Amino acid sequence: MPLPHLPLDAITIGAHVDDWPAAIWAAGDALVRSGVTTSAYTERMIAVIREFGAYIVIAPGLALAHARPGADVLSDGLCVVTLVEPVAFGHPHNDPVSVIVGLAVAGADDHLQFVAELANVFNDPAVIPALVGATTAEFVQSVFGQTA
Amino acid sequence: MKIVVMCGVGLGTSAILKVNAERALERLDIQASVQATDVAGVRAAAADAQVILTSSELVDAIGKTNADVIVINNYFDLDELVAKLEISLGS
Repeated sequence: MPLPHLPLDAITIGAHVDDWPAAIWAAGDALVRSGVTTSAYTERMIAVIREFGAYIVIAPGLALAHARPGADVLSDGLCVVTLVEPVAFGHPHNDPVSVIVGLAVAGADDHLQFVAELANVFNDPAVIPALVGATTAEFVQSVFGQTA
Repeated sequence: MKIVVMCGVGLGTSAILKVNAERALERLDIQASVQATDVAGVRAAAADAQVILTSSELVDAIGKTNADVIVINNYFDLDELVAKLEISLGS
């Protein structure tokens, strides 16, 4: 299973946010806008961080926002949000965060393959700086190996 | 040998860590099964595991374990994974 399609309306370039919950809302809004989730999923992504901490900041500058599958996930999907000013999530090594990748999976069993594809993208250390510097959504699509 | 990767909800971040841990083990030429789990399931999953890989944020949630707990800072840095697994598994 390849990565889900990353449509242009799932990409937000240069969001202005004051804190990490606002950053997660920006990612949730992108998932809602592209028809992948309802806003209840955004609240669950925030609840995961409130419960378990900033472990979703899995690399310097990058947060992988996600929650469990649920009725608020309409299909598998991805979104990408870049921030004008990075925000702290409270991670001891990887703060501050400039890029949020939002992930929604409809079923727990089938997600591993497309998450593996996500690893293939980000195992290249040039990718996070490239996303930070992105000025167009089309460029972000190309980083993920996709075209409109 | 069994290695457990743990995240808060058992998918997403732990799936990435599982994929990259398997790549690191391949580089080290170590045979091991890698199982992803969440905080609620880690005690059962890790009962017969040699190593638990997770984030610094989640170490306290593991509780008592006989497994070696390894904190990974950058889930996409295969060099970090290889170095830390090599120390723990001693090849």
